[in-house]
Amino acid sequence: MSEYDTNMGASPATAAGGDPMSASAAHAQLKKVKKQKVLLMGKSGSGKSSMRSIIFSNYLARDTRRLGATIDIDLSHVKFLGNLTLNLWDCGGQEAFMENYLSQQRAHVFSNVGVLIYVFDIESRDVERDLATYVNIISALVQYSREAKVFVLIHKMDLIQPMTREDVFDQRATLVRRKTAEAVAIMHKQKPEQGASSGSNNQALQPSSSPTQPTSTPTPTTSEPPINLQLFATSIWDQSLYKAWASIIHDLVPNLSVIETQLASLGLAIDADEILLFERTSFLVVSRWTSREGERNPYGDRFERMSNILKSWKHTCSKYTGTPRNAEQFSDFEYKMGATFSMFATKFTTNTYILVCMPPGEARFNSAKLNVAAARSWFKFLDGPVVPTQQAGGARGMGASSGYGGDGVGAPES
Amino acid sequence: MSSASAEEDGDVSADTSSGPFRPRPVRYISPAALNLHRVYEQNRQRLQKKDGAKVPDATTPQTKGRPRLLLMGQRRSGKSSISSVVFHKLPPTETLFLESTARIQKDSLSSFMEFQVWDFPGQIDIFDNPNFTFDMDAIFGEIGALIWVIDAQDDYLEAVARLNATILHLHRSYPHINIEVFIHKVDGLSDDYRLDIQRDVTIRIQDELSDQGVENAPVNFHLTSIYNHSIFEAFSKVIQKLIPRLGQLEAMLTNLCRTCRFEKAYLFDVNTKIYIATDNTPEDMASYEICSDYVDVIIDFTEVYGSWPRSEQWRERLEGEPWAQPLDDQVACEWAESGMVLAEARRPIMLREVDRFLALVAIMKEGSYEKMPQINMNVDVVVKGLTEFFEITKPKEIVGGAPGLASPGLA
Repeated sequence: MSEYDTNMGASPATAAGGDPMSASAAHAQLKKVKKQKVLLMGKSGSGKSSMRSIIFSNYLARDTRRLGATIDIDLSHVKFLGNLTLNLWDCGGQEAFMENYLSQQRAHVFSNVGVLIYVFDIESRDVERDLATYVNIISALVQYSREAKVFVLIHKMDLIQPMTREDVFDQRATLVRRKTAEAVAIMHKQKPEQGASSGSNNQALQPSSSPTQPTSTPTPTTSEPPINLQLFATSIWDQSLYKAWASIIHDLVPNLSVIETQLASLGLAIDADEILLFERTSFLVVSRWTSREGERNPYGDRFERMSNILKSWKHTCSKYTGTPRNAEQFSDFEYKMGATFSMFATKFTTNTYILVCMPPGEARFNSAKLNVAAARSWFKFLDGPVVPTQQAGGARGMGASSGYGGDGVGAPES
Repeated sequence: MSSASAEEDGDVSADTSSGPFRPRPVRYISPAALNLHRVYEQNRQRLQKKDGAKVPDATTPQTKGRPRLLLMGQRRSGKSSISSVVFHKLPPTETLFLESTARIQKDSLSSFMEFQVWDFPGQIDIFDNPNFTFDMDAIFGEIGALIWVIDAQDDYLEAVARLNATILHLHRSYPHINIEVFIHKVDGLSDDYRLDIQRDVTIRIQDELSDQGVENAPVNFHLTSIYNHSIFEAFSKVIQKLIPRLGQLEAMLTNLCRTCRFEKAYLFDVNTKIYIATDNTPEDMASYEICSDYVDVIIDFTEVYGSWPRSEQWRERLEGEPWAQPLDDQVACEWAESGMVLAEARRPIMLREVDRFLALVAIMKEGSYEKMPQINMNVDVVVKGLTEFFEITKPKEIVGGAPGLASPGLA
């Protein structure tokens, strides 16, 4: 779980900033802190808007066929967990737009970026050119927002023969890493003073890119590229998309350490094997806890599979009930598989669902359900702005006033 | 053909009955599994080419008492795709890669009842073949239903003509065969156009038959597509006709629905998601879809969390203090049971496994989630009744011998 640790740097700072303030100051601070600018870029037709629609608008994979080309930049604000808003910049990928982003709009597009998601089409014929564009983008990003995290998605992997997928991905990943390092190194040479100042406090964030530090890199000024790069192989036709987006989201969630500690104590208290916390609309896994026994589960991809299963189930429900896709579709679920295991999923806080998998046994099951209901108040802070947990009550009030919508205070179970 | 199946009698038998403990997942198929499937398909086809008379199949020796479904129709009308999607869980999009069938392919469906599915190559006319005469009795003797597939997106006049010829042939010797016409590949057509086609086909067949003096032939029509639930629904209807004493089953479900205030209840074959019985309220595609998808959800969850063995320490800890009871005694029901409340009108859906193959799925009326305990007791009684029912109807020799089974008394 190295990426868990990397994120901790950001959240305590924001959390600490919350407590001494008056409501209005907190409100203002809230607005500033919680918006995260996310750039979604890549060549035209690589599938940026498709994946966005699937993750945040509950499209089915086959529905994305009717999406047209994105013109210029499609801005959307995605509410996530009440206290985090993603400012999603879906950037049309046609060359004319790309040039525009890199020249006239350069400062506008690339400043204050929290995350850059760059999508490569694996089937693309002109890889060199794709990489050249990518390098330009990375240079611009390094110039204006050094702290931004970069996620590279090698997309449309379903078009590759299953046998060779891993090799193809590894090959492309190495290539992308090398190019990234080169681009960063060049930027370093150009602007050494800027690189030294803001790059230094970010060096620790090297979960996945440092081991493949290529040999051919023309000696950068710092020993490692100050870019936090992660690569994923994705396809909209299976759960791999959820895996990638869950890691993207995971790094953005404020108060993550608090969530994790509390989830762990809840898990131990109710004797669960696994607990997953989902965001309400996207059903991405926000956080999870697994017992030692649960770790023996051979399905390493189970988290994204759960997202996928529940999401398509939601779709079935909306078809049946005739309610909008983004509406809440189910509230309680329980499943007891004889003497093998039991599980239940329920609406947890306003913005989350919780799924608990646990050992069989009626008594155990019922008490766990009650305990989970009782633990809701621990997690109330998920609905409000960023404040420490002991101020959860105040947090809820602010959440409502910050225009989150009426349901900020609507949690009926208190 | 009869000699071929007689030759087969000896060797293949085991793999039909020893299915996996839990059903395979449906939506998620790992690349490895898919590949394995492809290799298996290829081998089978190669074997067929090498030795045409000996069809490698999975049927067990005693074909007696096992209803047979015949899939026939013009070439490229979609017969093999149908059987792959319904009986082998091939994703519909993968059917593009299926090769044309050269010989009769036999599949067997082992569930609460044993079925055989025979997929006929479309290019062979079995009634008028100069090279090879088919043993009609071997093919049609044990037949449960003849499924004739018509490609609705193609010119279907020839298909209809061949179907008419087939019906006329069969009508003489085997008048009781159900003939089910699947008007297939309707997914790309508008609703109105579908109905037009269905009407047109119906009229053409009936006119032709009555010209030939055949009245009231048992012909039914279904609009189907492999890209949605319609193919499963159509198969459900076909298979229901083959179930002995279906009326009893339906009465049990109807009774359950009335007692527990269910809107709709289905008895599913979990492996194929064909429903073998439902209560007597009007058919409703939407509720079938949601129930069938619910079965999928449960199967998927079971695969992820229920398909791997837990450690001994885990079991010991759970059976120790303060529980001090074997795990089997800590649970109320040894089979899967599940419920989910839909947000809209708080309408619950419930699922209960009956045995390895069957599951009862029902949509309940709004607000009945609070009464779940009573409902579970009622469902228990019905499940016991169902188990008894299949116990009794299984051996075919005493097919008529189940008069004592009245609908079970519900609480």
